[in-house]
Amino acid sequence: MSNKVIEVENLTRAFGQFKAVDNITFDVKRGEIFGFLGANGAGKTTAMKMLTGILEPTSGSGKVAGFDIKTQRNKLKYKIGYMSQKFSLYEDLTLKENIRFYGGIYGLRRKEIVERTEKMVERLGLGNIENTLIAEIPLGWKQKIAFSVATLHKPDIVFLDEPTSGVDPITRRQFWDLIYQAAEEGITVFVTTHYMDEAEYCDRISMMVRGKIEAMGTLDELLTKHDAKDMDEVFLKLAR
Amino acid sequence: MTTFLAFIKKEFKHIFRDRRTLLILFGMPVIQVLLFGFAITTEIKDGKMAVLDLAKNTVSQQYISKITSSGYFILQENLENYGQIEKSFRKGTIKIALVIPAGFARDLGTKKSSVVQVIADASDPNMANMLTGYLSGITNSFAIENGLIQKIPITIKSKMLYNPENKSVFMFVPGVMTIILMLVSAMMTSITVAREKEIGTMEILLVSPLKPGIIIIGKVLPYLVLSFFNAFTILTLGFLVFGMPMEGSRILLFLEILLFIISSLSLGILISTAAQTQQTAMMISLMGLMLPTILLSGFIFPIESMPEILQILSNVIPAKWFIIIIKSIMLKGVGIEVIWKETVILIGTSLFFIVMSIKKFKTRLE
Repeated sequence: MSNKVIEVENLTRAFGQFKAVDNITFDVKRGEIFGFLGANGAGKTTAMKMLTGILEPTSGSGKVAGFDIKTQRNKLKYKIGYMSQKFSLYEDLTLKENIRFYGGIYGLRRKEIVERTEKMVERLGLGNIENTLIAEIPLGWKQKIAFSVATLHKPDIVFLDEPTSGVDPITRRQFWDLIYQAAEEGITVFVTTHYMDEAEYCDRISMMVRGKIEAMGTLDELLTKHDAKDMDEVFLKLAR
Repeated sequence: MTTFLAFIKKEFKHIFRDRRTLLILFGMPVIQVLLFGFAITTEIKDGKMAVLDLAKNTVSQQYISKITSSGYFILQENLENYGQIEKSFRKGTIKIALVIPAGFARDLGTKKSSVVQVIADASDPNMANMLTGYLSGITNSFAIENGLIQKIPITIKSKMLYNPENKSVFMFVPGVMTIILMLVSAMMTSITVAREKEIGTMEILLVSPLKPGIIIIGKVLPYLVLSFFNAFTILTLGFLVFGMPMEGSRILLFLEILLFIISSLSLGILISTAAQTQQTAMMISLMGLMLPTILLSGFIFPIESMPEILQILSNVIPAKWFIIIIKSIMLKGVGIEVIWKETVILIGTSLFFIVMSIKKFKTRLE
């Protein structure tokens, strides 16, 4: 298998006349933390939906985890994890039941689920809240749990759609620690955000403006190229 | 298969942990049947009556006691003069008044006929009609019994077929069952799908290896089971409390109920493809489904007496056909050879809704 987990060429998605994603080309290496930056409405979510196989591209092609995003969606889905912008656990189920459910729909065996649950509870320091309803767990924890659940089936790549929006700075920092851990285990992380300062946590960044990728590279590369002192400045220069 | 089981398990947990859902699922059927069965009946008993007896003789007394012993009337007041009639109506103490003229007994046996006057409170036209109807019936039989009428050239002997006692509950049990099945199947499924969209878990499910078909079936199956449970509860109540007959084949009834539930479930999925929030789903179900169903299915208002345009419109309401089917099976005991047309229509609408909802569910993803 190639070193590239995501390969995208000339990917476009139009809604009528409007091109939400306009001819983007990029790739992501295995184990990388790839930051997909852009303002709200720049087309990040649309691009991510195509990569996860729930939205058909209008034109262009792409491969994720070695599978074609147009023709091999069913195989592709076992290889990816996804955490949505909205909160993605069931409030009326307990932590354990949520884990069982998500493990179940990814076809994990009961033994595997039990093992991984134990590991996860230990890693997150959750103690004995296994049988607590998610509704009663504080938000900061829920976010971390949601991430762990999204990577429960050990995907090649995990897509995070604005995972830190509306979260306090401390929890955000802790959340990024989890992302690093996952990357160390070999899971590629594809994360969208509109917090420009989070760019410094990523190995590589792409900047989307009005459906197009206007810049791509490491943080240093982007800063030098655009002669800026931080990502905010880069963004302002590009968006103008 | 394990993925499917995991999904079903989760759905049942959602249902059994939500008090509101439980109330709608298990409380409402019982309450509705009892309410419709006991409180809302179209037959009237104990109509409050006032009598102004100007004859005051044995025959008039016999006549009055014949009326009051019928069970349909209660003698509320004995009036002294005409002026009191209107007063009593205004006070609302009586629904009907009977005036027996002074010459009542004297005229009997002669060629001159007697005239009794009946005055009814028509602010409730249905009740007024029925009470005057009852009263003229009693008056006729009184006249015949006492040999006042020698011979009536034509007599009508009516027989109420399939519902000899003319019980309105026989109409309400199938009606309530239809409404409840519709409500549980269509509204509840559309709400649960909309709920997943609202809290954002729908996206996760779509990204997961679960196939859209499995998601739909997983959503629908628990409500199919619960709808059957409801149908069973309502029918049992109908048999035990109201003495509903069951003339036809139970298997046929079961299959027809299954068919109607499937058609309602597919309608629910169709609604959920259009609704993004639980509130919208509920509004569409209630206004777009429940109201037309209650009004146009013939459950409460007879379709025959509707304006022509509404009669035509009523044909697209699946509930109309379902009510005809269950009444035919339960009351008349007929088999599929009689109700095949209605059944075909139900199958047709179900297929239409299923195809539509799968089509729409898919396009929403793309």
